[in-house]
Amino acid sequence: MEIIPPYSPVEVDRSEGSAINQLMAASTEPFADQETPEVRRAVLVTTLDMVVNWSRRSAVWPVAFGLACCAMEMVATAASRFDISRFGMELFRASPRQADLMIVAGTVTWKMAPQVKRIYEQMAEPKWVVAMGQCATSGGPFAESYSVVPGVNRLVPVDIYIPGCPPRPEALLYGLMMLHKKISRESLMTRRLQ
Amino acid sequence: MTLSLSGVEVGDRLKQRLPQAIELADGCCLWLKREHFLGAAGWLKETLELDYLTNLTAADVGDHFEVTYHFTSVERNHSLMVKVQCPRQDAQVPSVVGLWCGADLQEREVYDLMGVSFPGHPRLKRVFLWESFEGHPLRKDYL
Repeated sequence: MEIIPPYSPVEVDRSEGSAINQLMAASTEPFADQETPEVRRAVLVTTLDMVVNWSRRSAVWPVAFGLACCAMEMVATAASRFDISRFGMELFRASPRQADLMIVAGTVTWKMAPQVKRIYEQMAEPKWVVAMGQCATSGGPFAESYSVVPGVNRLVPVDIYIPGCPPRPEALLYGLMMLHKKISRESLMTRRLQ
Repeated sequence: MTLSLSGVEVGDRLKQRLPQAIELADGCCLWLKREHFLGAAGWLKETLELDYLTNLTAADVGDHFEVTYHFTSVERNHSLMVKVQCPRQDAQVPSVVGLWCGADLQEREVYDLMGVSFPGHPRLKRVFLWESFEGHPLRKDYL
């Protein structure tokens, strides 16, 4: 909701509240999971796909974005012991415009939901989403709560779900390897849809 | 270790000054009456040098709410627990922001989640939940 200055703090609060209420009302159904559709492979496109997918999966830059305790495991994954740079993913971008992957690490509350959605929408295509941990997958222990989004797939379409509370860095790395596999199956013939 | 003051002892001292303020006192806690709470709190802060509000919270006890204050004296290394009750229909307790600035956000939190309002608070509004959220979720009758 657009507010025009001069505005008072009360107006800002009200506008924020109504934005959250609108988003809550609009996201009652989860997005369908991102599936990679099967395509008939032609020789030329297949070869081109291979090159494009190789380049895409070799440098999936995540956006620097952590919400709760899962973010600590994400940080550990990025640090030298688990070393996410083996996959060319060590560049956690501070700007969503430079990132390809959003790792939703932690509990998404409804108050945070508009920002999560905005960050996703600010990312340039092609973009992927990993729901890390129980909370991002389904709301986890807070699924029935008044303030927690029951699964981030209510807000954005998700590619990979990683179970765990929180998932160990190994689990996150395994999920990211699954994502790489998924990317390598994609084709330029089919457009990923929002 | 911080010494926990006995509510009975503090109550006896307070009785000489403000006898009408005390509702109940036991070994660990001092219950104050809501009408005289602010005056008694000011007396406690001054006399016992309770300069630090460690914690402020509230509980739903069925027909009334119980607002709990934990005061600590950094200077004298002792602490005191004070409770104030307010009926469910009239959930109000005077704000102590004037005495302890740290009460600001904690009173807002209690207001947000428990629905106890604090007259005298400079900007009493929700802090965790968003504006236009309906109800106060920590109340027993919320669901």
